[in-house]
Amino acid sequence: MNKMDTSFPTVINGPLHADRRHDSAHKHVAGSADYIDDMPEPSGMLHAAIGMTDRAHAIITSMDLSAVESAPGVVAVLTAKDFPVNDVSSAHKHDEPVLTDKLVEFHGQPAFVVIAETRAAARQAARRARIEYEDLPAILSVAEAKAAGGKFVTEPLTLKRGDADTALAQAPKRIKGQMEVGGQEHFYLEGHISIAIPGEDDEMTIWASTQHPSEIQHMVAHVLEVPSNAVTVFVRRMGGGFGGKETQGNQFAAIAAVAARKLKRAIKIRLDRDEDMTATGKRHDFVIDYDLGFDEDGRIHGVKAEFAARCGFSADLSGPVTDRALFHVDNAYFYPHVEVKSLPLKTNTVSNTAFRGFGGPQGCVGAERFMEEIAYALGKDPLDVRMANFYGEPGSDRVLTPYHQTVEDNIMPRLVAELAEKTDYRKRREEIIAFNKSSRVIRKGIALTPVKFGISFTMTAFNQAGALVHVYQDGSIHLNHGGTEMGQGLYTKVAQVIADCFQVDLDRVKITATTTGKVPNTSATAASSGTDLNGMAAYDAARQIKERLVAFAADKWKVPEADVEFLPNRVRVGTDIIPFPDFINQAYFARIQLSAAGFYKTPEIHWNRATGQGRPFYYFSYGASVSEVSVDTLTGEYIVNRADVLHDVGHSLNPAIDKGQVEGGFIQGMGWLTTEELWWDGKGRLRTHAPSTYKIPLASDKPEIFNVELAEWSVNKLPTIGRSKAVGEPPLVLPISVVEAISMAVASVADYRQCPRIDTPTTPERVLMAIERLKTA
Amino acid sequence: MSYSISLTVNGDQRRVELDDPRVTLLDLLRERLDLTGTKKGCDRGQCGACTVLVDGRRVNSCLSLAVTLDGADITTIEGLADGDTLHPVQAAFIEHDGFQCGYCTPGQIMSAVGLISEGHAGEDPERVREGMSGNLCRCAAYHGITEAVIDATRRMAETSERKSA
Ligand code: FES
Ligand code: FES
Repeated sequence: MNKMDTSFPTVINGPLHADRRHDSAHKHVAGSADYIDDMPEPSGMLHAAIGMTDRAHAIITSMDLSAVESAPGVVAVLTAKDFPVNDVSSAHKHDEPVLTDKLVEFHGQPAFVVIAETRAAARQAARRARIEYEDLPAILSVAEAKAAGGKFVTEPLTLKRGDADTALAQAPKRIKGQMEVGGQEHFYLEGHISIAIPGEDDEMTIWASTQHPSEIQHMVAHVLEVPSNAVTVFVRRMGGGFGGKETQGNQFAAIAAVAARKLKRAIKIRLDRDEDMTATGKRHDFVIDYDLGFDEDGRIHGVKAEFAARCGFSADLSGPVTDRALFHVDNAYFYPHVEVKSLPLKTNTVSNTAFRGFGGPQGCVGAERFMEEIAYALGKDPLDVRMANFYGEPGSDRVLTPYHQTVEDNIMPRLVAELAEKTDYRKRREEIIAFNKSSRVIRKGIALTPVKFGISFTMTAFNQAGALVHVYQDGSIHLNHGGTEMGQGLYTKVAQVIADCFQVDLDRVKITATTTGKVPNTSATAASSGTDLNGMAAYDAARQIKERLVAFAADKWKVPEADVEFLPNRVRVGTDIIPFPDFINQAYFARIQLSAAGFYKTPEIHWNRATGQGRPFYYFSYGASVSEVSVDTLTGEYIVNRADVLHDVGHSLNPAIDKGQVEGGFIQGMGWLTTEELWWDGKGRLRTHAPSTYKIPLASDKPEIFNVELAEWSVNKLPTIGRSKAVGEPPLVLPISVVEAISMAVASVADYRQCPRIDTPTTPERVLMAIERLKTA
Repeated sequence: MSYSISLTVNGDQRRVELDDPRVTLLDLLRERLDLTGTKKGCDRGQCGACTVLVDGRRVNSCLSLAVTLDGADITTIEGLADGDTLHPVQAAFIEHDGFQCGYCTPGQIMSAVGLISEGHAGEDPERVREGMSGNLCRCAAYHGITEAVIDATRRMAETSERKSA
């Protein structure tokens, strides 16, 4: 044993808080990172394709599938009657059949499944069905749903504090308005896919592109009528998820599993892009009605608002999504008196679902529109109105949210002041106003908008996680946890946690595919919580093993436990220095257990939905952005000239990955708010079901100047993993500044006297309409 | 009816029998030649995930029919590295974090290799972004992608200067 070994580094390769590449970086650029469709296929595997209906609301009067059955390559055709348990409702409301044979509730709803020798054969055969319908009146939009009396898919929520009615009646100024906020297609580049492989007895193995392996497990067990222990689900990585793979894969895994059981062969189902876009849910679109009372300083006295959402035909996640919209109706602002309501409306459209932000961004869009309205009504810089309404310092009387949680970690005033200063916001705004005076066609706009985002699942029970860590005799480490990897870098961050705990280089930690067989009862990788929860669970597993190792070393070398120290790739025991693998090997021979299951549950959170009170969020993340745009007032077209972001991720576990998340979130949010328009025709057919008609941001849509910075001074006040903060969802809210900058450019045509009230997405068409409206007003 | 074509794929001579003239180059690569690095994002020429080089030019392999490619020279993501040494574009994508989920990455890289050899974009970010705008990235890793392409362009120019010097 060497007492002084200078060959050891002073820090490990890949510690916490350092930039580390994505764990699969090399495989991604070499094309060797396997997604599910790239895996070698089990022998005898068959392919499934769905057969879709083409009515928004109808009764199926007859379904002739004889031509499908006789098509070349077809092995079997499955309908609802092949599913004894025909139910994949994640909300447990029995409102989502796997296949329908009677009532069609949205255009494209699957009615049968073709199993064939090849995917092409299955897909071609599926088109040969002859289905007859009896049409029913279809309700397609929020307006139609409300007019028809407004059926809900799930229970609405009201959040209330103080007396909003009186505050509104007594406020010196009052504005009422309405805003439509559009939905969004996930467009994960890898579409939905599942492979089911039947095993011995009642066993079934599933590979699915899913953010929620445990739910796939439960759904497959449910439809197969077997216990959960018969089903094992795997996912190594997804080609994007964004919330679209939280519940929407259930149906396809269920189809593959039932077909696999019936035919005793492995089954793969992979949707075509337009099927995926037609048959799976999207971000909820909302119509927000608001009533604001305020004073001459722009301070809010009272707010009343109604958030009506197009939920589609079933509940799915609409309850928690519309709840979260209300949880963010305050964004960064204190409302002395407030009453807000959700209306989760049933419509004959595809069932809307989770999408990065989960309703929160829609709530924030509402809040920012409130600020903008007040600013235009008073002729003020919207930033001044925002600052006048920010939550107060801890201890002040302006810290209570509409859901009665106290904001204890407010850093918004500092963050916004820094960003405004760094970007020269005030001066640039003056210059833009001057520019607009003399520019006839091109008008510019600038805006600074903040985001405060609540972190935790609002369903308290979901805030738990598990991890499994093995240290092998050679000192190599196997890591597994319940989180899934969809590009957000979760696997890398959790591996950094383990490397840091044991003080070993990152490449000594092997990250393995998420599976229900290793870590059970997991929550979806969602709500930005992946690292918070799984990082802590992994930390807990490592802690247990380390405690055993320390006790072992203290006993064997007869030193106090405090004299055992994990140094980079070695362990110091008293004055002895032992390389990590040797140390582990000795522990093995001393019969020390080198494996542990870790567990974590977020402390302190609770939520009572019936009273609308509690502490649903453990903490808040903060951020802000300034955007500058140029609008062509003759065409409504615009470009984003510059965007600056300052974002809070606490003490970042991996600044490179976090910055990537912020940049990507900004661009994706900008797409949602500006170009991505979902359009259903009068028959309820989604007409924007391919990238040719549905415009997600391209490389060329990135702001010309784009500066993203992390607020390096920020540290989570609470004991999260490494004092970091969640990063997945909040950045999506940042580009509201783009919308408001466009709005300012438009408002310039009427000398900023009127709030342009542009709905999102702010397509050039909508921008042009707003310009025309303001010119003639 | 069966069609027989011969192709060079990543330097290897391949003879392929096609029972169906509608087989796309993408399906041929993924399903019959076990080259699954090339991805299918939309299967209709609108996302760029399936980009490969055919005789040095970038094409959407989901749109080109295999039968029409008799005698062509195909390069896919698997054929880019020189043994263990990554192609400069591959290395630059790692260096500049040009991806998140990685699904669009093989297509982005092949498109970048094509763009660089076309020589129109140079190191001008705007032209690079324009030149790469046929390749969607839903994770919106565009910042890193653009930087990677510019950096690789520069490095490749330096190497070829050194070679010709
Ligand atoms: S898969 Fe070929 S362009 Fe999308
Ligand atoms: S890295 Fe995910 S689509 Fe580009």
